[in-house]
Amino acid sequence: MLVGLFIPCYVNQFYPQVGIATLQLLEKQGLKVEYPVNQTCCGQPMANSGFEKDAIKTYKLFVKNFNRYDYIVAPSGSCVYHVKKHFDIIEQTEEVKKVRSSIFEISEFLLKVLDKDEFNSYFPYKVGLHQSCHGLRGLNLGKPSEIIDESFSITKKLLSNVKGIELVQLDREDECCGFGGTFAVTEEAVSVKMGIDRINDHLNHKAEVITATDMSCLMHLDGIIRRRNLQIKIKHITEILNSMEK
Amino acid sequence: MINHAEAAEKFNRDEEHVNWHDKSLWLVRQKRDAAAAHFKGWEELRNLASEIKTHTLSKLDQYLIEFEEQAIKNGAKVHWAENADEHNKIVFEILSKHGAEKIVKSKSMLTEECGLNHYLEGKGIEVVDTDLGERIVQLAKEPPSHIVMPAIHKKRKEIDELFHQHLKTELSGGDEVYLARAAREHLRQKFLNADAALTGANFAVAESGTIVVCTNEGNADMGVHSTKLHIASMGIEKIIPRKEHLAIFLRLLARSATGQSITSYTSHYRSPKPGGEFHIIIVDNGRTTQLGRTEFRNSLKCIRCGACMNTCPVYRRSGGHSYGSTIPGPIGSILSPGINLNDYNSLPFASSLCGSCSDVCPVKIDIHTELYKWRQVITKDLNKNKFKKIIMLDSGFIFSHPLLFKLSGRVVNSSLKIMPEFLKNNMIKAWTRKRELPRAPEYSFQQWYKKNRE
Ligand code: SF4
Repeated sequence: MLVGLFIPCYVNQFYPQVGIATLQLLEKQGLKVEYPVNQTCCGQPMANSGFEKDAIKTYKLFVKNFNRYDYIVAPSGSCVYHVKKHFDIIEQTEEVKKVRSSIFEISEFLLKVLDKDEFNSYFPYKVGLHQSCHGLRGLNLGKPSEIIDESFSITKKLLSNVKGIELVQLDREDECCGFGGTFAVTEEAVSVKMGIDRINDHLNHKAEVITATDMSCLMHLDGIIRRRNLQIKIKHITEILNSMEK
Repeated sequence: MINHAEAAEKFNRDEEHVNWHDKSLWLVRQKRDAAAAHFKGWEELRNLASEIKTHTLSKLDQYLIEFEEQAIKNGAKVHWAENADEHNKIVFEILSKHGAEKIVKSKSMLTEECGLNHYLEGKGIEVVDTDLGERIVQLAKEPPSHIVMPAIHKKRKEIDELFHQHLKTELSGGDEVYLARAAREHLRQKFLNADAALTGANFAVAESGTIVVCTNEGNADMGVHSTKLHIASMGIEKIIPRKEHLAIFLRLLARSATGQSITSYTSHYRSPKPGGEFHIIIVDNGRTTQLGRTEFRNSLKCIRCGACMNTCPVYRRSGGHSYGSTIPGPIGSILSPGINLNDYNSLPFASSLCGSCSDVCPVKIDIHTELYKWRQVITKDLNKNKFKKIIMLDSGFIFSHPLLFKLSGRVVNSSLKIMPEFLKNNMIKAWTRKRELPRAPEYSFQQWYKKNRE
């Protein structure tokens, strides 16, 4: 099985450790993983701002870079959701179809494709899980609180097997953090307020670390945390799953 | 032209108030959750409702005609209005014919949309909104900020002062029992002296020609029973084919709106009372245009429960007035641009696209996807969005060219150190007003990969 690793543009630039954790996690499962070095972006920042037509080139490049892999895995529910849902505006060639059906967010890939939920991980902290919207509601990584059905969560399942971890219960378990791409800057006031409210929920329940499937949510929250000198850290879920007892 | 972000920023200057507003609405969302969870087969009910609406919208012309025929058989008089103007004129003509000068009106978002109160007042007619929340905003000379709870933005103390000023009550410090009693006294006088009653319609049943109105205060009935003239205004999308479908929609509506299993009053209006008249005005006002836009057609399924507002993290933190449209919140942000794209083109951007609205909606409108689609439509209008267009085109170009992407990455890293590609120039300002930018690491993932794996 050959896996293509997609690292979102801003993760590549600002959070290399998340890319490394993702790669190592996959390699530890005995997989052959490749990172196509010509990759750029999934096109979401443009498309969500209303310029999906201008993102078509980016979509095509994405397909060109990734269509030869059995699976494409990314540490971002949001990018994966975008490829799955919004690559419908380009011609649906075999390559495009293959890319759209074989791309997975990392936690879903681990649990659903590889059927693994135990990674010998160790993370002795109180952790609050931020359920990034696109992963939760777009990719069904868990049951959204609005839907009346049996509850499940892929991310909670993986995290609950981490040694030493204590997952805290939040008051609002899946409210949006307010990042939302360009929303973060065009609707700055509401975006920041949403972020503050999310962080407070985690702080009120004594979380030491906020984790999520999307680094973009965490980048936004961390921006607020650092500006306000709050006592809480952010970690991508792959960083936690890839942490080992020393 | 509405600038949602600007209005939202103003709303956010009083953080205490935002917190209060957010919590009040979240409480309603929680009540909805509890009521929905208590109902066996909730998701199935949503599916059914959505499918009935799909079917009805696909045969709307036929059902409207069936409805008209039945209503006429029942003795009602049916009028058709293409737009707000026509609607208002029809109402005025009917009122004039009866010499009606004092009107009591139960809640109707359609008449808000048509600006009916303003129009009739201009003709010297007194219009009293009899829904308590609507009466409150009417006294305050404000539009409703929510479609189910029109005065949700007002604190009890403000209402206390408002009543003191207009209804001559004592200042009570916001005593709700006292205020409700005062409102009841006041409205009772209005009911007793009214010449005509206006209502909206929650549902219009095609097979029986019936108008169904849901209230918690019984004010629609009070109005209709105390006058001989009843005028009901309905949008063309209010049609449901059969009476039995009410069993689905009434269950969904009350639970989604307030967490009640049913509204206190569900009134079925069929025929005029002996010696009286019952008029039904069927209004288009842009709805057929929306029906013709396939990607936005589903927005006409809306049963105006308000659940998408209560759940929306943006609505809760920006207030209904920030949308500047009759219907605020997520669904309003789809409907309003359909009516006037120029005025309301900022609304589809007033969303983080979290998707909570779509999951809560009882008729399963894919609200956040329609918002995304509006964005694509709006940005085609180059001039008005020049600024955004330039920024995004730029990064679009960079993202699709690997070499440039790498180069710009290096430039960004070395000069500004830290800057996500999509945050340029003054977008950086907006990011950094209350947030730090991410720290620039020593190396990118790509650099690490090349060194360690290739
Ligand atoms: S869009 Fe759906 S949730 Fe929103 S008011 Fe209409 S029916 Fe209710």
